[in-house]
Amino acid sequence: MPSLFEFANPKKFMDLSGSLLPWLVAAAALTLGAGLLLGFTTPPDYQQGDTVRIMFVHVPAAWVAMMAYGVMTVASIFGLVNRHPLADIAARAAAPIGAVFTALGLITGSLWGRPMWGAWWVWDGRLTSFLLLLLIYLAYIALNDAIENETRAARASAVFAIVGAVNLPIIEFSVQWWTTLHQGESILRKGGPTIAPVFLWPLFLMALGYTFLFFVFWTIRIRSEILNRRSRTLLEMRAG
Amino acid sequence: MNARKRRRIAFVASLLLGGAAAAVLVISALQDNVLYFYSPSDVYTKKVSAGTAFRIGGLVQKHSVKHDSGMKMQFVVTDGARTVPVEYSGDVPSLFREGQGVVAIGRLNEGGLFQADQVLAKHDEKYMPPEVVDALKRSGEWQKGQ
Repeated sequence: MPSLFEFANPKKFMDLSGSLLPWLVAAAALTLGAGLLLGFTTPPDYQQGDTVRIMFVHVPAAWVAMMAYGVMTVASIFGLVNRHPLADIAARAAAPIGAVFTALGLITGSLWGRPMWGAWWVWDGRLTSFLLLLLIYLAYIALNDAIENETRAARASAVFAIVGAVNLPIIEFSVQWWTTLHQGESILRKGGPTIAPVFLWPLFLMALGYTFLFFVFWTIRIRSEILNRRSRTLLEMRAG
Repeated sequence: MNARKRRRIAFVASLLLGGAAAAVLVISALQDNVLYFYSPSDVYTKKVSAGTAFRIGGLVQKHSVKHDSGMKMQFVVTDGARTVPVEYSGDVPSLFREGQGVVAIGRLNEGGLFQADQVLAKHDEKYMPPEVVDALKRSGEWQKGQ
């Protein structure tokens, strides 16, 4: 796959990502703006009233939290198999962003649960497995930071990330395997979504917006890590 | 693809398989401890003994909610096959109503009455504006086949 690995060259990556970044920021601003506008102007839900609007910030946060972990896992696999420093950097860069989206999903879910269910938190399969996602992110970050040598840190945390990926299907199917207080699947189900189109539009726009936002932060973090390593090498060369 | 790379891919595959196997073992060991609530049918088949704390979930049976004096209330939880009567005193969530999903936390007494310390509302996965619901009700399509 020479076409893909051409961009694994840090110089080429810096050029490409530098020109791509403004477009990513514009796409994020546009979709988030449109999503919020629609989200505040949809009619209320027949059961949940205006509280339904929490869905537009909660559900995309949970999706992107899981997508970020998927991205981190793929980067970790490339790091282990191809031994390319850029893959190591990409995996490490995704973790704190994923953790923030996970925390956002937990906080918005709690704020939604209190008025609708009558509880801020319950230990059901969905909530517990999603809390586990946050703990896995935090453990990954701690492990990565605890090892001084960059290459060794990347190897160890890649192994951890790949094993931890088993939690993703558990989160997804928790509401089917077990009885939960959290609702069942609304979108990917037989017979189509059970969410009216008027709610689906803001939901998908916000999901798109969060996704762009993830890639904006991810790109910035990868770029700054590359620059960081470059400047460290320069300083070492001067000192040495 | 050289031998070293093939070995690394096999290592990654073994990590994924090992993680999945560990998860399957843990989940099967936990069994129904991972269930958040029992349905009324589970209560009968598992023969839950009186005084054991657990959660019961199902739908609030239509025309079953009765308010006694003060905060005391009674309702029946059903899963379509079996029913369990519930007694509770306190506030209920705003989504609590007849025909809706509910989870009650408490214990059965000797007479088979579930005494709840807490009542939570479980809403379904349907979202629509009120006008759509009204239109469905007018055309007779509302809650068909449920």
